[in-house]
Amino acid sequence: MSRDDNRERWQLQTSRTGGNGLEVAFTGRWCMDQALPFPDRLAAELADGIDRLTFKTDLSSWDSGFLAFISRLLKLCEERKIRVEREGLPEGVRQLLAMAEAAPVQKLAGTGQSDESLLFRMGSAMLAVFRDGPAMLGFLGEIIISFSRLATGKTRMRWGDLWWEVEEAGPRALLIVSVISFLVGLILAYLGADQLRMVGAQIFIADLVAIGMVREVGALMTGVIIAGRTGSAFAAKLGTMQVNEEIDAFRTLGISPIDFLVLPRMVALILMVPLLTLYASFVGILAGLLISTTIFGIGLFEYYNQTVAALDLSHFMVGLVKGTVYGSVVAYSGCLRGMQCGRNATAVGEAATSAVVTGILLITISASVLTVFFYQLGI
Amino acid sequence: MKAKHPLKIQNLTIAYGEKVIQRDLNFTVNTGDIFVIIGGNGSGKSTLMRSLVGLQPPTQGTVLYEGLDFWNVDHAEHERIKRRLGVMFQGGALWSSLTLAENLALPLNQYTDLSPGLVDEIVSLKLALVGLAGYGDFYPAELSGGMKKRASLARAMALDPDILLIDEPSAGLDPLNARHLDNLILELRESLGTTIVLVTHELPSILGICNNSVFLDAETRTMIDSGNPKEAVHSGDPKVRTFLTRGEA
Repeated sequence: MSRDDNRERWQLQTSRTGGNGLEVAFTGRWCMDQALPFPDRLAAELADGIDRLTFKTDLSSWDSGFLAFISRLLKLCEERKIRVEREGLPEGVRQLLAMAEAAPVQKLAGTGQSDESLLFRMGSAMLAVFRDGPAMLGFLGEIIISFSRLATGKTRMRWGDLWWEVEEAGPRALLIVSVISFLVGLILAYLGADQLRMVGAQIFIADLVAIGMVREVGALMTGVIIAGRTGSAFAAKLGTMQVNEEIDAFRTLGISPIDFLVLPRMVALILMVPLLTLYASFVGILAGLLISTTIFGIGLFEYYNQTVAALDLSHFMVGLVKGTVYGSVVAYSGCLRGMQCGRNATAVGEAATSAVVTGILLITISASVLTVFFYQLGI
Repeated sequence: MKAKHPLKIQNLTIAYGEKVIQRDLNFTVNTGDIFVIIGGNGSGKSTLMRSLVGLQPPTQGTVLYEGLDFWNVDHAEHERIKRRLGVMFQGGALWSSLTLAENLALPLNQYTDLSPGLVDEIVSLKLALVGLAGYGDFYPAELSGGMKKRASLARAMALDPDILLIDEPSAGLDPLNARHLDNLILELRESLGTTIVLVTHELPSILGICNNSVFLDAETRTMIDSGNPKEAVHSGDPKVRTFLTRGEA
């Protein structure tokens, strides 16, 4: 589909006319499929005492490239207060220029023009973090109220939604949790073996892996996996609903979007993450067993007995409490960022990223607090 | 020289799997036409549009752009044809991470060797033509629905396409802006010789600016009328007559 068969190149000539006039003559093709000149090349000639500009055209074809050239030339003339006579331009060009010039010009700048300094941006980011605090507390309050409605049987939560979320967050995450936990158990066993071999206490690999996985690593790794997998999905789903005004529709009908959308997700992760933590601990211990018996020559029953002796109920309790807390903060982060999402496609991506960052940050903070807390309690 | 019939549809059938959306479509768009695809909700207007712009392959039949079979030419030719089409999507489809100026400059930088200064000038001109002068630094999220539509039209016009395909240009616009857009479409036809194919429900646009049309029927899943919409008001087919007169005839 050729636009024009005539491949003649553009040509531009200028000549002085009577008095201080300048005539610009255009011939040939002035189309965008060629490298057209920039009008500023005429700046020197326009500066040479010219007070009137006229045009002469004999064009085989033209398009917006020519229009842009003329438009820029007119601006140069305006800056230099040169009178322009447009009669020599093609009728179409004059009409389109008139349309473009008739449009009112927006004076305010868009955010795309922002040119703030690094310091300004750092300050803005810090202020945003401080401003986020009350919003996060407010959202936490709404969730607590929603849980109280659940406890008193007044919630509008749909139980079908809860089971769907439970299936999504739990059974469907088993594969990734298995792989990561197995590899982490393996790393722990190797790390322990390397150190304990020096004092001839390789049997204590079992203690290290078992206590490490059950108390700390199982919950931590599960939390991080769920933050990346489920927390981001919560934010993306709720963010998309925000873009489609579905959440506004809940609000206008007087239905709490927290009860309907946030509560099932919170409950699902509070139920599933402790179970996944137990499962991850088991898989990690299994990896330690495999490495210890096959690589470091520890007997199967010897390793089993050592593991059973090392673990007591308090270790499981600590792991389960941490799993529950991590599940809560991941669900909270995902839902918070989803509900705070803007109303465009970019905002959904930002919400998902922000949910993962917030989730992992809150997991790390709560892990530190809980570790100190259990240490102080002697558990 | 431009071809007399830049777009010709022959025995076209479009379907999603087993579900036929439209069948046996035959119509011709002439150079300089403002051609409208008319039909009720669910009649397949937008699906037909997708087939015309290279997003939905037809099940049968041909889409001919200046005699070239759009869906059966080699890849390079297919892409070359697409570069001569300007498409404005129903929802605007502006790239949300780019400013309006960047949205318009992207195709110009991709397909022309113009200097950055000239590209900026073209961008400013196109935005001014759709009434968005000075909005180059705004992101799509900062605009109203109607402004997004106009910006989307400016992007579709960026490369001065031979054929401009527009899906629901006036939907969501106030009457003044809808009128402004109609005038702009007429001006593009007059000044640049652009052929325009549009899908719209807006009767003032259909009867005011369009000179050729095809009417798609959702029930029989084929075209039931074609030609000048002003004459179609008196069509022998009651469905067409009812549609174009809002049931008042």
